[in-house]
Amino acid sequence: MKITLNNNNEELNENEISVQQLLNIKKFTFKMLVIKINGNLVKREDYNTAIIVDGDVVDVIHLISGG
Amino acid sequence: MTNYKDILKTKCVGIAGCGGLGSNCAVALARVGIGKLIIADFDVIIESNLNRQYFFFDQIGQKKAYALRENINRINSAVTVEAHDLKLKPNDILNLFKDCDVIVEAFDIANQKQMIIETVLSEMTDKPIVSGIGLAGWGDSNSIKVRQNGKLFLCGDAIKEVSENMPPLAPRVCIVANMQANVVMEILIDNLK
Repeated sequence: MKITLNNNNEELNENEISVQQLLNIKKFTFKMLVIKINGNLVKREDYNTAIIVDGDVVDVIHLISGG
Repeated sequence: MTNYKDILKTKCVGIAGCGGLGSNCAVALARVGIGKLIIADFDVIIESNLNRQYFFFDQIGQKKAYALRENINRINSAVTVEAHDLKLKPNDILNLFKDCDVIVEAFDIANQKQMIIETVLSEMTDKPIVSGIGLAGWGDSNSIKVRQNGKLFLCGDAIKEVSENMPPLAPRVCIVANMQANVVMEILIDNLK
């Protein structure tokens, strides 16, 4: 399937994956993230159940300490 | 055409955190004549804060929220400041900031940033939130920019995390804080969506 990840086109072998699987595949190991699928927030507790399918626009925002 | 001052004086901005980002962003908005600021922080000023935060040596030991209110009043007494000495939790964010036109995320710790962004994006879906992400160290000014994701505006380099060798310092922290204030003005005056 094809998705848009952080404004880049990505082609994945799977037909659908969970948010957590995407994080594993893309090696996003960073702890503090805000994730959106098609503009809708996915909360931390839903990373295993929220499913990404063909055509989805996914944003993974890294939150960095400092202020 | 309506003067920008006439628009700003009717607006209210919530500022979550009164450290390097929050104190400098609040002062910038006060100088341009924002109508009301709702500020919150649970912390006390210590000497090391003075490398970037808008406080003075004789304010060490004071509560940041109240000291910042005093400093804003000294700069522009026309600004209404509601100051809360409080460690913000999701319910506080919903209550304190419900009537704000924009929320500025000005925390220092990443999990606090995540908490407020998740709260606002899930529970206050129409509310713009302007976050400061990536401001440590010095130099590399051109990496600092604004990225928009729906109602979430991210100001900073999105890369440089604070660490022992990469402290938060006035020049870059104030660039990001003033960039946040600049985005707030765009949202309020130009109806940036």
